[in-house]
Amino acid sequence: MNRDLQQPARAPDTITSDAWQSLRAATSARIALGRAGGSLPTHEWLKFKAAHAAARDAVHNEFHAADLARELHDLGLKSIVVESAAVDRMTYLQRPDLGRRLSDASRKQLEAFDHSGAAPDVAIIVSDGLSALAVHRQAPPLLSALAPRLSERQVSLSPVVVARFGRVALEDEIGQLLRARLAVILIGERPGLGSPDSLGAYLVHGPKAGNADARRNCVSNIRPEGLPIEAAAETLVYLITESLRRQISGVELKDDRMVPSPPNPAALPSRE
Amino acid sequence: MAFTAAGSTFRDLKTLLAKASPLRSGDVLAGLAAESDRERVAAQLALADVPLSQFLAEPLIPYDKDEVTRLILDGHDLDAFRPVADLTVGEFRNWLLRYETTGESLAAIAPGLTPEMAAAVSKLMRNQDLILVASKCRVVTRFRNTIGLPGRLSIRLQPNHPTDDPAGIGSSILDGLLYGCGDAVIGINPATDSTETVVRLLHMLAELIERYEIPTQSCVLAHITTQLAAIERGAPVDLVFQSIAGTETANKSFGIDLALLKEARDAVLSLNRGAVGANVMYFETGQGSCLSAGPHHGVDQQTLEARAYGVARHFQPLLVNTVVGFIGPEYLYDGKQIIRAGLEDHFCGKLLGVPMGCDVCYTNHAEADQDDMDNLMTLLAAAGCNYFMGVPGADDIMLNYQSTSFHDAHYLRQLLGLRPAPEFEAWLERMGIVDQEHRLVSVSAKHRLLATIEESSDVQ
Repeated sequence: MNRDLQQPARAPDTITSDAWQSLRAATSARIALGRAGGSLPTHEWLKFKAAHAAARDAVHNEFHAADLARELHDLGLKSIVVESAAVDRMTYLQRPDLGRRLSDASRKQLEAFDHSGAAPDVAIIVSDGLSALAVHRQAPPLLSALAPRLSERQVSLSPVVVARFGRVALEDEIGQLLRARLAVILIGERPGLGSPDSLGAYLVHGPKAGNADARRNCVSNIRPEGLPIEAAAETLVYLITESLRRQISGVELKDDRMVPSPPNPAALPSRE
Repeated sequence: MAFTAAGSTFRDLKTLLAKASPLRSGDVLAGLAAESDRERVAAQLALADVPLSQFLAEPLIPYDKDEVTRLILDGHDLDAFRPVADLTVGEFRNWLLRYETTGESLAAIAPGLTPEMAAAVSKLMRNQDLILVASKCRVVTRFRNTIGLPGRLSIRLQPNHPTDDPAGIGSSILDGLLYGCGDAVIGINPATDSTETVVRLLHMLAELIERYEIPTQSCVLAHITTQLAAIERGAPVDLVFQSIAGTETANKSFGIDLALLKEARDAVLSLNRGAVGANVMYFETGQGSCLSAGPHHGVDQQTLEARAYGVARHFQPLLVNTVVGFIGPEYLYDGKQIIRAGLEDHFCGKLLGVPMGCDVCYTNHAEADQDDMDNLMTLLAAAGCNYFMGVPGADDIMLNYQSTSFHDAHYLRQLLGLRPAPEFEAWLERMGIVDQEHRLVSVSAKHRLLATIEESSDVQ
């Protein structure tokens, strides 16, 4: 029997339903769930478990870097596949410091990068971070919207660097090795219960190891149900062109077009 | 001074404490953890023989470099310390467990204990010790109601919304109140830290509380400077909130120092909005926050966390809670580490005289699930924890983590016969939300609380 998680077959009389169902229209919070005695009814409990399972899978799913590189190639974008110094997922989760730098082999690979042409304006890095699902779903369409907009504005790009097990600050080392004026990392965010596939973008002017997080601008919650691809691309184009023009990033660079303003970084954890 | 046991030598007190700390990923990340289980137990053996007075003689972070160290040592009460002054850390654990050591004797020595002493003895205690000793401590605080009495369990109603939408927040508040929650505080984490948003939310909460004469308090958990700006603009602030940590440098990275906390406390006290007491501060803490915000000074994360309670108690707060599983697996890897940390934090806070609650929680990249949260909340409720969070369905849609739910609160109250703060309990009965047996009543759509929301949504 195939039972959809969205609807129970009938309203059973083993639960006490709540009289304020209509309020559910005002929020995606889990309100008016009803109760069995005082406890969560079976169906709501299993819905919660399903959402948690999706978020867990997003954290632990494998990152298919080569497939992503092929997709980027089809979009006309060159790419380089690298790895951070974190050797596996468990190390990655416990050692954020290792995710912030390249493995020795990958560093040598980028050091050997051919710098004969002009230094690029922007290095774009794509990393699985805490949700490979987010990267696989959102990164190709976002790059497909972003790249042409940037070239229209005469902003030059390095090859896209696809990095496994990266943290946000990995953009510093990569951007520096590629001699880019600015680095942007597109990275899977910490999955929420209702948002397993949320992508974040962090840009920094003058990428170099040791940059403080206050020097980065963040565009968060990029996914169709959050900040849609087209809107995210517009925001990034604005931030990138303003950052290059004014040679600043982070707290000094505000997105004057954007409402609401970004959350207070002191009050919120990094969502990398 | 170096310490030795079982063939291992530890070069100073902070190294000894770090090596004696039960395993957790944050100490490994900091490079402070014991190299092996045997080294850890050797450190615990050596720690058991350290006199408590050693912690007064050997500050872990230098007195002249850190204002938290100065606050702790300058505020230390030698008279209160006297009953335990001659004990070692190991003897102190025994003393705490004695029948003769009661809630009264623990309250009497609290001003004589430093956070480092509390952290040290906790490292020699198993979970049942942390639960039993904490259950003897009672820390009672008051603003519009009385929190922390024996047999009571309060809940912070946490109605967050990703865009701070008043209708969305209001709906979650209603859901919580109708499930008997909200006596610790109705506290919103705003998505945006603008003064305008904070002022608007404060007015909304104050109107709700006044209109229904709810014996509780409100709080909008913006940065402390934003709350001060809101006070200047005449907003009805009940409690001032701030995240705090156990070092001057970590606090600086939060944009605060002790002088700013004092300034904020004075400002909110001058509004004089309490009814039964004047505990006006609300603090949150969490193991790992110092390292994630800056240097650890060679001190393990659990000891630094206890130092945050040293900061908290100075300001006579209404509420203090560790947000134990929020920080992520790089500091507390799995359910086992989160549970241990939650019990340690609650124990250390209570021993120091802090009105300790706990945000029993986890993120989706930690190795933890609802079963781990059930274990921790049940253990903490047995230990006499003052309050937990109440988040609709345990799913915080703004902060993207899982905390405890209104249903969880009712589970604990049923299981252990715990009741809300007395003033709030009387209100719940008056409003027909719970019956004489403390069970939830099935309210109709015509209930007074529901009628209002219908009105206010008509207006919009």
